[in-house]
Amino acid sequence: MTDPSTAASASSIEAHTHVLAAEHAGTETAGAPGKPDKPRSLASDAWDDLRRRPLFLIAGSLIALVLLMALFPFLFTQTDPGYADLARSRQGPSAQAWFGYDNQGYDIYARTIHGARASIVVGICATTLTVLIGGTLGLLAGYYGGWLDGLMSRVADVFFGLPFVLGAIIILSSFGSTGTTSVAQIMFLVVMSIAVLSWPVCMRIMRSAAITAKQQDYVKAARALGASSSRIILRHMLPNAVAPVLVYATIALGAFIGAEATLSFLGLGLRAPVVSWGVMIADSRDIIRVAPHTLLFPAAFLTATVLAFVMLGDAVREALDPKTR
Amino acid sequence: MSTVDETGAGPIPSAPLLEVDDLFVEFHTRDGVARVLNGVSYRVAAGETLAVLGESGSGKSVTAQTVMGILDTPPGVITGGAVRFHGEDLLTAPDRRRRAVRGSGIAMIFQDALSALNPVFTVGFQIEEQLRVRRGMSRKDARKRAVELLELVKIPNARGRVRQYPHEFSGGMRQRAMIAMSLALDPELLIADEPTTALDVTVQAQIMDLLKEIQVERHMGLILITHDLGVVAEVADRIAVMYAGRIVEQADARSVYRRPGHPYTAALLDSLPRLDQKGTELNTIKGLPPSLLRIPDGCPFHPRCARAQDVCRTEVPPQHRPEPGRLSACHFAEELIADA
Amino acid sequence: MHETGENSGDNILEVRDLVKHFPVRVGVLFKRVIGHVRAVDGVSFDLKRGETLGVVGESGCGKSTLAQVLMRLEPPTSGSATFEGRDMLAMKGAELRKLRRDIQIVLQDPYTSLNPRMTVGDIVGEPFEIHPEVAPKGSRAGRVRDLLDVVGLNPEHLNRYPHQFSGGQRQRIGIARALALKPKVIVCDEPVSALDVSIQAQVMNLLGDLQSEFGLSYVFIAHDLSVVRHLSDRVAVMYLGKVVEIGTEEEIYERPTHPYTQALLSAVPVPDPELRGRRQVIRLEGDVPSPVDPPSGCRFRTRCWKAQDVCAEEEPALEIRAANHPSACHFAEQRSIVP
Repeated sequence: MTDPSTAASASSIEAHTHVLAAEHAGTETAGAPGKPDKPRSLASDAWDDLRRRPLFLIAGSLIALVLLMALFPFLFTQTDPGYADLARSRQGPSAQAWFGYDNQGYDIYARTIHGARASIVVGICATTLTVLIGGTLGLLAGYYGGWLDGLMSRVADVFFGLPFVLGAIIILSSFGSTGTTSVAQIMFLVVMSIAVLSWPVCMRIMRSAAITAKQQDYVKAARALGASSSRIILRHMLPNAVAPVLVYATIALGAFIGAEATLSFLGLGLRAPVVSWGVMIADSRDIIRVAPHTLLFPAAFLTATVLAFVMLGDAVREALDPKTR
Repeated sequence: MSTVDETGAGPIPSAPLLEVDDLFVEFHTRDGVARVLNGVSYRVAAGETLAVLGESGSGKSVTAQTVMGILDTPPGVITGGAVRFHGEDLLTAPDRRRRAVRGSGIAMIFQDALSALNPVFTVGFQIEEQLRVRRGMSRKDARKRAVELLELVKIPNARGRVRQYPHEFSGGMRQRAMIAMSLALDPELLIADEPTTALDVTVQAQIMDLLKEIQVERHMGLILITHDLGVVAEVADRIAVMYAGRIVEQADARSVYRRPGHPYTAALLDSLPRLDQKGTELNTIKGLPPSLLRIPDGCPFHPRCARAQDVCRTEVPPQHRPEPGRLSACHFAEELIADA
Repeated sequence: MHETGENSGDNILEVRDLVKHFPVRVGVLFKRVIGHVRAVDGVSFDLKRGETLGVVGESGCGKSTLAQVLMRLEPPTSGSATFEGRDMLAMKGAELRKLRRDIQIVLQDPYTSLNPRMTVGDIVGEPFEIHPEVAPKGSRAGRVRDLLDVVGLNPEHLNRYPHQFSGGQRQRIGIARALALKPKVIVCDEPVSALDVSIQAQVMNLLGDLQSEFGLSYVFIAHDLSVVRHLSDRVAVMYLGKVVEIGTEEEIYERPTHPYTQALLSAVPVPDPELRGRRQVIRLEGDVPSPVDPPSGCRFRTRCWKAQDVCAEEEPALEIRAANHPSACHFAEQRSIVP
């Protein structure tokens, strides 16, 4: 036998194992009459699976810690991140200031803790907006198909073709250059520019998942019952297509936090008086050689957070995919 | 279930080509250990057709994959038994030796010919590759042989067809191409795993005729794995019926259909709608096949069996020999055959 | 047309010259139609109240497309169909909703026909949500339990998900969903072909019992000739989008006149080794031609051993020729195949 046939049989036996497991898990429980029912859904199965994964536990605790920092920074530090004393400029880590002081004499530890909030808020808002725009358009394109799908896909291709940094520079420099903009306005602009440039990816994922779901026989059965378009989209297609988007969203959240830092570093995103990891990295840019700790600490937090979200995304992907179990 | 019991199974025309001896396989799954094979033994002689009959999950394909040495481990674990080809145990043989047997000793064809053929190479190339690598043939000789093989399986215009890709073949032609490929190294034993299940009836008949013809011509051993009682009746010399990872009955084809020696076989034949008569109510087998994670105590079929007695719930039935040449794993095999 | 006129009051469904062509398109942005898949190409039949019409044929013969058109899931290219005397293909709005209650479908694959994210209670109860006038809100849970009971499932399993059931049990759930609105006609699209032999018999018996209990009419589509014979009163044999022979179960199986029907019957393996070598064997050459470019005249002529020049030139009409039932062959001739 040559390779292809062996590979084919390997996949068939894999499928067979799942059938065995699924079929028999089913027959056992379904065979016992009158037992009180404990609904076992894919979501609860996935959760059971997740709880046992070390990858998920590590990523989850890291994210929980960062979220706690963003919500209640005073749990971690009493120091005012906005108090600067030039006399302490560039001092290294000490018992008094664990991460040392930066160029302006700000306490880096306090600023790192307080910086989590801006980074997380931008990440969450940008992800929500991306998923809402991309998910809705993807679902509609997948359901209706035809010219609507063609049009939306081409528009998405145009946005997809823009290099991210270039696109963000254009958007931010043309809308946010007035100088008098408030904190909220800057944040809004950063979130918008990330979402506008990222939705095509989400749309493509949702569209292909929706097309797969639409071709299933249960959609046919619902149409034969006379179900409306909204019922088919919301009850039948969305719940079955949402998993890959969820995975994408988790990984994207990490990536968007990184994107915010990139834009801040380039001087286009958040800027003082806002405290964020990106702003701190930008501030350290000129003194990296003399005071590397000013870069090290915010960069380490940023990297750890991005990594945690990527790991979480991987864990969720594996848990939601029954074939990897 | 000792080996001694099985040695008398069926009229064996000559020394066995393949001997599967008391094979045990487990699958380690998330939900626990599934006991997929629980002591499977059979023999195939040259020129003989053994049909392995069973429903999904009965272990018929896993047995074949273990014989071929293509069982996925994990999740599969071979926990006991032997697979002897010409008396040599393949399970303990070194990898090199097992690879040498694959293809030239034992070859296999699959249900889904489309996924078993590599879509990026031409059909001819896939046949030639084996001949060049394993037989050391030149490119030209291999091409010549590939055309001969396609002609052997009655593919029209074989000379042009060797240059085509699998997707350019129709379902029946693809299955023929896979048979040609499996014959390239002149195997002594061919395992056909549901070879016609994906095909239409008229094409299925063509393929079964072809397989039978080639087998007789080459005096090849053939293991036909299927769930179709009709196909089995048309081609099998001997039949092994599998249920929950065990062979519950083994006998020559006529005996199995005329006087089944196991209640499961009898019930299966009874539940079949017939082409030659308009039926009323079909007799059914109540319930479902057991979970391989938790096979019932005693006889695994007892929860679904109309004849079940107390002894069936507690004792695993040994292989009885109710008549010369046949085996049945039922406590009441003799009565059952006498009643029929 | 055959059968028109006589007893047309008994007919719940009358289909005439139904055609469904799917365009084959190429190109990325500007799609060009380069041909049509002639999936269903002029099909006519009647379905009487309380009877089962079996539709058999090999893959690509158009039997599943026929089901889609009858369910109003795909618009027909041309032709007509009436349900209880009313044109069902032109229905819209409220009238179409009413039709949905009267005609339901049972699908082939028990693994994809149930939404994995819905509980069994939600799946079987969905018809009542779509047609709230059928059952007031308070009575729905009770109705769902009754339905599960009718198809032989434990009514307590309302909160389970489809993956907790075996293939046969899932098929029962699909049947319960189809029964919910008390339909008059059920289109069964290969309802047992994905099931194991022992489970297949259970589901076939259930379909038979439900028919007599609720007075249902079935259009029973399958490729397995034994299954079709078991359940059908009348049988239509399809080949490449056309009905080649139609008649009572006995006429088709005992006195077939079309060469394709004869070949099909001869190809089915009979589970009886005693008959080995003693049956008539008709082996067709090659595969079914593509429905995009079907042969001229009689579509079966490329594989037929009786084919003459006239078969390529003139399409044989489906009319009574031999053995007193309609057959679409110029050389129709009775021949017994089944032992």
